[in-house]
Amino acid sequence: MVTRPIYLDYQSTTPCDPRVLKVMLPYFTEEFGNPHSRSHAYGWKAEEAVDHAREQVAAILSADPREVIFTSGATEANNLAIKGVAHFYKDQKNHIITCSTEHKCVLDSCRHLEQEGFKVTYLPVKSNGLINLEDLRKAITNQTVLVSIMAVNNEIGVIQPLAEIGKICREAGVFFHTDAAQAVGKIPLDVNAMNIDLLSLSGHKLYGPKGVGALYVRRKPRVRLQALINGGGQERGMRSGTLSTPLCVGLGEACALAQTEMRAESIRLKALSARFYKAIQDSLEEVYLNGDADQRIPGNLNISFAHVEGEGLMMGIKELALSSGSACTSASLEPSYVLRALGVEVEMAHTSLRIGFGRFTTEEDVDTAAKMIIKEVGRLRDMSPLWEMSRQGIDIKSIQWAEH
Amino acid sequence: MAYSAKVIDHYENPRNVGSLDAQDAAVGTGLVGAPACGDVMKLQIKVSDQGIIEDAKFKTFGCGSAIASSSLVTEWIKGKSLEEAGEIKNTTIAQHLSLPPVKIHCSMLAEDAIRAAIRDYKEKHPSA
Repeated sequence: MVTRPIYLDYQSTTPCDPRVLKVMLPYFTEEFGNPHSRSHAYGWKAEEAVDHAREQVAAILSADPREVIFTSGATEANNLAIKGVAHFYKDQKNHIITCSTEHKCVLDSCRHLEQEGFKVTYLPVKSNGLINLEDLRKAITNQTVLVSIMAVNNEIGVIQPLAEIGKICREAGVFFHTDAAQAVGKIPLDVNAMNIDLLSLSGHKLYGPKGVGALYVRRKPRVRLQALINGGGQERGMRSGTLSTPLCVGLGEACALAQTEMRAESIRLKALSARFYKAIQDSLEEVYLNGDADQRIPGNLNISFAHVEGEGLMMGIKELALSSGSACTSASLEPSYVLRALGVEVEMAHTSLRIGFGRFTTEEDVDTAAKMIIKEVGRLRDMSPLWEMSRQGIDIKSIQWAEH
Repeated sequence: MAYSAKVIDHYENPRNVGSLDAQDAAVGTGLVGAPACGDVMKLQIKVSDQGIIEDAKFKTFGCGSAIASSSLVTEWIKGKSLEEAGEIKNTTIAQHLSLPPVKIHCSMLAEDAIRAAIRDYKEKHPSA
């Protein structure tokens, strides 16, 4: 019988929770109305459902429902926040601060703005993956309009000091945007306590459907945006286009479930991660955790297995679905820019695996995964010239390698 | 990415993994690639007095295609003269393993490894 691999890639995406799907289904068929139709009951029913979903999304952020704009996902929300703020205030300010380990959609939006003439500062991160607050303070000028720092990193799971960043931004009169795609439902978030002005989230990272996300946009003090998508003026003019009622309903339900279950789920995932990491450490030498050990979400581990190349390793653990920081398949041959930003040596970045546990991960999955990884790392180390040299006490850095 | 059946076979059942004594006069060692690039191959040959490769061993740090390329060439060079082994081309390796374009560098590395091992042996035997 062909069984599917054990899913350990929860930072990449999550399955839609069956409870979420159940509440979505009627809105594909019976309740198909256009939520923007004001003249009949079909529209009213759909609008009611969207409003309820908006409340559920707002609740998990301690926000007001009027501050939630539905989008197609976190990529669109990040684009809208960064480009929207930059364009709206461009006559007054032209400087944006972000950090080097952000998701590609934030970095690429910033690069795009640089081409338009905006100035962007890319803050470095410390070896634990967190930004230095002093660097942020120093980077803010009277031209700075926006600081965009992610809540939780997608590769290494580290949690940035959001409340501290928010406080610095508020005091300096600069808007604070956070890409919280990996954070919502995993850590408590409060846009008021944390002084967050804009926040992006994604449905499929929290057991909701793909193709939907949201942007929180603060009303007091008001943040204004120039829309990316023009049309019928839906979503307070910030994002035109007919909303997908089932997707909005799914996102709302996913937020509500996550909010209810977050506390218990965090404890469970933390125990699973600890169990896995202990099994690995008990059996293998020279394994290193990338990113801060404590300031990270409970479901993420990013581990370097010295002297074993990540892609080669993944091939040996086909029964596990996870991802590697090695980028041997990409044209560039460059490993993870996130790990590089932490100061992880290129050779160590090539040996990393990202292991993500989530709502449907069992203790048995974790034990099976640990056993498979331990076995395969052992086999590949026996086959690795670098492992052999390290056992012989040869410093790999002392060798003149011909880099190709 | 899907690997070819031959790559999977060599990855799962690598031939001739191991090390020969690099100090042995009959052994030539090639170490190519770089850890920073994610690929390192060590290929060793043991050459008879008649100039025939009678044994070959490899160790590789790298992806499945890199492991398969080095495993394959250890099979191919055994029993060959140094000249014949030196003529093995990366394109032949890539073709045999059906490597996709992004993995061609693995076959090039395997070709380099053979040449480096031959060069090392010849340096030990200037008259050969």
